[in-house]
Formats: sequence, structure tokens, C-alpha cells
Amino acid sequence: MRVTGEGRWKALRTVSRGDVVYRAVLTGLALLLPLLLLTLAAELVTNAWPAIRRFGFGFFATSVWDPVAGRFGALPLIFGTLYSSLVAMAIAVPLALGVAIFLTEFAPRWLRRPVATLVELLAAIPSVIYGLWGIFVLLPLLRDTLWPVVRPALVWLPIFRGTFYGPSVLAGGIILAIMVLPYIAAVSREVLLAVPAAQREAALALGATRWEAVWTVVLPYGRTGIIGAVILGLGRALGETMAVTMVIGNRHEISASLVEPGYTIAAAIANEFAEAVSALHLSALFYAGLVLFVVTVAVNVIARLLIWRVARGSAAGSAAI
Amino acid sequence: MRMTSSLGLLAAAAAFAAAPLAAQSEIRITGAGATFPYPIYSKWVLEYTKTRPNIEINYQSIGSGGGIRQFIDRTVDFGATDGPMTDSQITAIGGNVLHIPTVLGAVAPVYNLPGLTQQLRFTPDILAGIFLGQITKWNDSRIAAANPGVQLPNTDVVVVHRSDGSGTTFIFTDYLAKVSGDWLRRVGRGTAVNWPVGLGGRGNEGVATTVRRTPGAVGYVELVYALQNRIPYGLVRNRAGQFVNATLQSTTAAAAAAVADLAADTDFRISITDTEGAEAYPIASFTWILLPKQGTDLARTRALLEFLWWATHDAQRFATALGYAPLPARVVQLIETRLKSVTVAGRPVLPAAYAPGGTRR
Repeated sequence: MRVTGEGRWKALRTVSRGDVVYRAVLTGLALLLPLLLLTLAAELVTNAWPAIRRFGFGFFATSVWDPVAGRFGALPLIFGTLYSSLVAMAIAVPLALGVAIFLTEFAPRWLRRPVATLVELLAAIPSVIYGLWGIFVLLPLLRDTLWPVVRPALVWLPIFRGTFYGPSVLAGGIILAIMVLPYIAAVSREVLLAVPAAQREAALALGATRWEAVWTVVLPYGRTGIIGAVILGLGRALGETMAVTMVIGNRHEISASLVEPGYTIAAAIANEFAEAVSALHLSALFYAGLVLFVVTVAVNVIARLLIWRVARGSAAGSAAI
Repeated sequence: MRMTSSLGLLAAAAAFAAAPLAAQSEIRITGAGATFPYPIYSKWVLEYTKTRPNIEINYQSIGSGGGIRQFIDRTVDFGATDGPMTDSQITAIGGNVLHIPTVLGAVAPVYNLPGLTQQLRFTPDILAGIFLGQITKWNDSRIAAANPGVQLPNTDVVVVHRSDGSGTTFIFTDYLAKVSGDWLRRVGRGTAVNWPVGLGGRGNEGVATTVRRTPGAVGYVELVYALQNRIPYGLVRNRAGQFVNATLQSTTAAAAAAVADLAADTDFRISITDTEGAEAYPIASFTWILLPKQGTDLARTRALLEFLWWATHDAQRFATALGYAPLPARVVQLIETRLKSVTVAGRPVLPAAYAPGGTRR
């Protein structure tokens, strides 16, 4: 029997019952995750509603956090969250990129695997251990050993003004940097490994030194992936709670100085949620949580846009995100 | 046909599983709330269930605020809190709550002044001044005046407070609000307040660690933490003008002074900070268990009341070893009548003559 083109199409389009069920199950599962995100957002908004109605946008503009009087302004929390994460990224990104470049381009082969594993092991340490290490090792080290030495040279800078007692945005930023470093380093390493050897060879053949090959060819080739790695780290830094609250000083105040205490949204929620007695206090914490949610979503959206813009021409490593 | 037979099987299985439970008539009581009394509550539960194996008591230390919320929502049989419920909260549940004091706690002002050998003396003014940020140096004239002969260093006062909401903070700010009009106006009392100055430490251990590691630091912790961690803490001047050391005896004395002239129908929501009495330590408080006045389940209510009776009588002997001050005798008497007033379906749960062991402490 001759099979016409028409007949073949028909055969392709007939769908068995099993396929229908399979498809429905998969669609359901796939929709479950976005649905989870939406219900999360809805739940946050519902619980935050009393505070949203009461404070509106003033929540972002005022600095008083007074549970007794029922006045809540989250500006210091938002500022502290962004500031400590910024400090963390300023420290972690160069370090993590250095680790990734070293491990993929320069390190002797026998050294690569062990070092990569050790760096990744940093990610396995529980947050509270970082916090304890911060209190018992980092804070005394910064305050008693490092600060007295560097203070005279730095104190003219506004970001180093004030008295340094230990718990501070700086300490929080350093802890965060160590915590996000393994994520950025691991993903960046994967990205750099994905850069085709032909790219390097071409650069070297043109007379580039190894460093020039990395800087002018390998890194630009993998930049989308690297940006993705950085955003991944930033997302973690924004939401980190336990270790930060143990070293940042937990002070509802805005200060440009790195050596003064600050506060983050995640830390405030963790600290105050259990004992929030009044409904408004609880609602204000939900509102702060909503802000954190929006900030992290915004960071991710910006990252996506950035990647789309940069992605023209280079595609390596976008799979790593 | 297949349907009915499997249903029958299910029912049989359920009956089979339920049978041994019913035979033992196991009673499960759940409670949630304050973290401060958690060590003694778990000790009580452990000791009590040894003698009453058919009773299971499950206490989750989720914080006083959470305890009150869960009690209001009726997701637990009893709540526990370091700060009493507010009038509006009580009105919201139709007044259906009893506050039963269980033990007493004290809060000690701890400090870190290397090289200082004498115990510092704090007046109410000094404590309010320090925590308001008005006293910024340790050799401030007000501290010097209260501590004649003490060589005070010219170093910064670093205030450390709790960053998490806490009953400890409530006790401490309640005290400051009583002794300082300035504090009452500017800050007030609460489990979390808007601190004028200072660093926030998470939990008693967070404050204790920060104080120990920061020269010039001053903070407040539950007395038991100060004792365990051997952090120096100051004497506090009470209303009678005496500088009193924070001890379990001086804490019980504070409560005794406060309840001496308490009305028989008190709801126990009393603050015992800054009380009269020469021996009374001024920064002390009850911690409470919350239970409904009108219960719903006779067996569970009865079990809970018997447990609380035991906890406030015999079991008080476990208190001191764990760093809590036992209740004064007068309070225990009042608690007895209060426990007997609990009803289920309009009828009292405990018999009027209920007195296991017979004796009052």
C-alpha cells in the first residue's frame, strides 16, 4: 500500500491516550513551580497588607523601627541588605574569578581537582558555623589586629569613619563574601572550561601571552556565564540570614561607614518573627519580606536582561546558569 | 464490590490500630511559647511523664510572641510567655485565659571591664542613662558617684542588647520604663523596642558572647546565663536604696514583696520589677503558662491542670538547680484556687478538695 504524504501526517498527528495523560502530568508538574512562586507572592502580599495600607511607600522612606509605638520603616534594612551584599560582591567576585581562572588556565593538572573540591566544600559549611567563626575569629582579628594597623591610613575615608567595635557591615560583608565565593567560583570554572580550546589556541597562535589569551579571549567568551555566576552569588548574599545576623550588629540605622553596625531584611525577619506580638509588627515583617522578595526577583530580572544584551555573539556557558 | 470490600478492610485496620490507644487512654497535651523557661519545662515534662506514662506533653519553645499567637488560635492546649497578654488580646478571645506563674527569672546587667576587680554598682539612673546613650564613658561622674573607690577607665561604653524579640528584653525595658520617665517616653517596654544605641546580639548567648568579647561592653542577660558564662554583673539599687546582687533568693524576695498585698482574684498579670522590699532584686519577672478558663476536652484539661498543680508545688524543687527562682508560698496558694476554677462544659474539672500530697509548700 502506498503511503501518501497526507496519510503520514495523519499518523503523526494521532495521539495515543497514554500520550495525553503523560502530557497532562508533565504540564501540571511544570506549572506547579511557577504556581508555588505566585502563591508565595500572594501570601506575602496578603499578610503584609495591613502594613502596606498603614505605611504605604513611606515604609521605604523612613528609618524608625519602633515595635512599641507601632511605627515601622524599612529603609535601614533595605540599605543594609544591599550594602552588605555589595561589599560581599566587591570582595568575592575578584577572588572567585581568580580562583576560576587559575584552576582552568594556570594551575598544574594535579592541583586542579583538589583545589576545586576544597573551594566547593566551603559551600557545604552550615551558615551558623560561619557565624560562630565570625564571632570568635573574624571579629577579634579585625578589631584587635587589623584595624589598629590600618586605621590611620583609612580613617579619612567616609566609609571607614566611626568607632569599630567588631560587629559591622564590614564583618557581615566579609562573611558573606566567603559564603558566596564557592558558588561564583564553581560556576565560573564550569563556564571557562566550556570555552572551546580552539579559542585559546587561536589567541596563542596570534602571539598572545597566556594572560592575554585569558583576558582578551576566554573571559569575554564566557562573560554571560560569569555574569550569571555573579548574580547567583548575589542572590544568595541578599537572602543569607544566620551568619549575617551574628556579625553585623543588628542596628536599625543607616550609616555609610563600613565599620559601624547595620542590619539586613533577612536578619530582622529571623530575629523578630517569633516574638512579634502585635499584628502590625508581624505584618511589617511580612512587608519587609515582600520587599526582599521583590528585590531578589528584580536582581534576577536585571541579570537576565543583561545576559540577553551581552549574549549576542557569545553563547558559551549560558547553559551553566 | 471491590470498593466496599477495601473500605471494610480499611475500617477494620483503623479499628485495630485505634484499639490499643483507647485501652491505654493516652493523653497528648501540646504547648508552645517562651524559650526562657524551656529548660525547666522540659525537665518537668520528663519527670512528670515518668510517673504518668499515659500522658505525653509536648512543649515547643518558639518564643513568647509565637506562644501567645498559637494560644489565641487554639492550635495548642497551653501557651507560655514571659510577658503577659495585653488587655486587647484578652478581650479578643473573650477573656477565656488564665495566666499561671510557674517560676521566676531575673535579668542581670553584665559588663566587660578588664582589670576591674570590684563588682560594679548600678543605680536606676545609670542603667537608664547607659541604655539611652546619655552615658558614653565608663568614668562618667554618675557611675563614679555610685562606685566610690573604683578605678573606672576612660573607655567607651558599648551597649549590647537583644536583636531578637525576647521576654528578657521585656523584663529589662519594663524595669527601665518604671525607673526612668525619659525611657518610658522615648522607648517604652516591649519584647522588641527601638533601641537608642547599641549593638544587637541574637539570643542570651549572643549578648553574652558579644559582651565577653568586647572590652567596655555592657548588656543584659538572664541571670542563669551570666552565672554559667561567669560574666561579671553589677549590683542594682532597688527601691529601698539597697544595692542588691541578682540571686535566686533576691528574685523570690522581689516576687514576695509584690504579691504580699495581692487581691485573691488577681489575674497574675503583675510586673514585679522595681518592687518594694529591702532584699528585693529589682529586675525580675514571673514567666507564665496560658490556659483556657473554659476548656473543651475534659481528659486533656484535667491532665494539664494536674500537671500544672504538680509543677507549681512539688516540682518547684527542680527550679534552683536550673537557675530559676521558685514561686513564693502566697502565689502558690492563689494558683491553687485559680486552677480549681477551670471548667469544662460549665463544671469544675478539679474537685474542690483536690490536694495531692496534701501539703502546701
